[in-house]
Amino acid sequence: MLRVYGTSPGDLHVRVDDRKTCGGRAATSLSRNDHWAMSSASRHAHDDDQALVAALCRRDADVFAWLVDRHSPAMIRVALAYVPSRAAAEEVVQETWIGVIRGIDGFEGRSSLKTWIFRILTNVAMRAGARERRSMPFSALAEAENTGESSVDPDRFLPADHALFPGHWAIMPARWPTPEEGLLAGETREVIAAAIAELPEAQRTVIALRDVEGWSSEEVCEALEISAGNQRILLHRARSRVRNAIEDYYGAVEEIDYEAVTSELMCDSAKQETDPE
Amino acid sequence: MRLREAGNGPRVTTDEPAHPDAEDLACTEEVEVMTDYLEGDLPAAEARRLERHLETCPGCTEYLDQMRTIAGSLGGLSEESLPAEMRDGLIAAFRDFRRSEN
Repeated sequence: MLRVYGTSPGDLHVRVDDRKTCGGRAATSLSRNDHWAMSSASRHAHDDDQALVAALCRRDADVFAWLVDRHSPAMIRVALAYVPSRAAAEEVVQETWIGVIRGIDGFEGRSSLKTWIFRILTNVAMRAGARERRSMPFSALAEAENTGESSVDPDRFLPADHALFPGHWAIMPARWPTPEEGLLAGETREVIAAAIAELPEAQRTVIALRDVEGWSSEEVCEALEISAGNQRILLHRARSRVRNAIEDYYGAVEEIDYEAVTSELMCDSAKQETDPE
Repeated sequence: MRLREAGNGPRVTTDEPAHPDAEDLACTEEVEVMTDYLEGDLPAAEARRLERHLETCPGCTEYLDQMRTIAGSLGGLSEESLPAEMRDGLIAAFRDFRRSEN
C-alpha cells in the first residue's frame, strides 16, 4: 500500500509497504493497447500508483492529462448508469476530476488510485442522479435487470419433451464470416456498438468495462459495488445479447434436420441387425 | 480434461477432487453457463460436464466460440472521451490549482 506524506516536492516522502489493497487483488488499471497494462502483478500496480500519485502531488500536468485521457472513457460509461444523458455524464466526470485535483494531496493510498477516483465518481454520479430523480445504487439497477431471460431464443431449441434430443439445438449457430481483422472490422463494428448502446444500463456498463475497457472482474465488482455472481450474470446477459445481434446481422444459423439424423441412425441399426455379416 | 483411467501407471494426482461428474444437461442449459466457464468460475465437475458435452455438440461448440470471440474482441470499440474543451479546461484547472497553492 502506498502512503504519501507531505504535499510539496520539498517534503514529499513516499513509502510503500506490503499490505495489499482490495482483498489482496491488484487494483491496477487495465486498458488493452496500454503499456501500463503490462504490469499486472500487484507489486507493479502499487509502483505505478506510487509514481502517479507522486507526480500528481508535484502538480505534473502531463501526468494529470494522461490520467484524464486514460480513465475518462470508463468514467463516462459508469456515470451513464446513474444519469440519463451523455452531457450529464460528462459533467459528472468533470466534477469528479475537480474532486481529484482538490483531494489528491489527502489521498492516503488505502485503495488503488483508480478505485479512489471511481469512488469519487460514484458519489458525484449518485448526487447528480438524485437531482435528476433517477438515483439508484448500481446493485439495485442490476437486480432490476435480473429477469431470468434466456440467452438464446427458446425457439432455437427442440422442446424439453422431445423424444430423442430434448432441449438440444434445432437451429444451431453457424460460423460467422468474420474478416481477418476481427469482429470490429467494417459494418459489424456499428452493429456491435448499436447492440451495446441498446443494452439495459447495468448490462451495458459491465460489458463496456470488462470487454471494451479491459477491466478485470474484481475491478468491476469493486467500482460498481456488486457481487461477483451479479457481475457474471450481467456480463453473460450482455454478451448474449451482443452475440444475438451479430448473429441477426450475419443471418448465420443452421437448421439441423433431426428427422434425417434419426432415420439415418435407425437405418444403420436396422441394417446391423439384419446384416448377416 | 481426461478423467483418470484405470491402469497400471502411477496414479496421477490431478488438481480435481475425485467426485463424479455432474449430470448431463441439455443445450438450453449449457448455453447459460458459458460465461461462468469462460470466466473460470464454473465448478470443476460442471466444467468437465460441459467439456464432455462440447465433444459431441457442434452447436454449443460454435456458441462457446462466439462468446469467446465477443469477450476478446471488443477492446478497440471505445470511442467515449471527454469533449476537448472540457478536457483542456480540467488540465487548466489542475495548473491553476498549483498556482493558487504557491
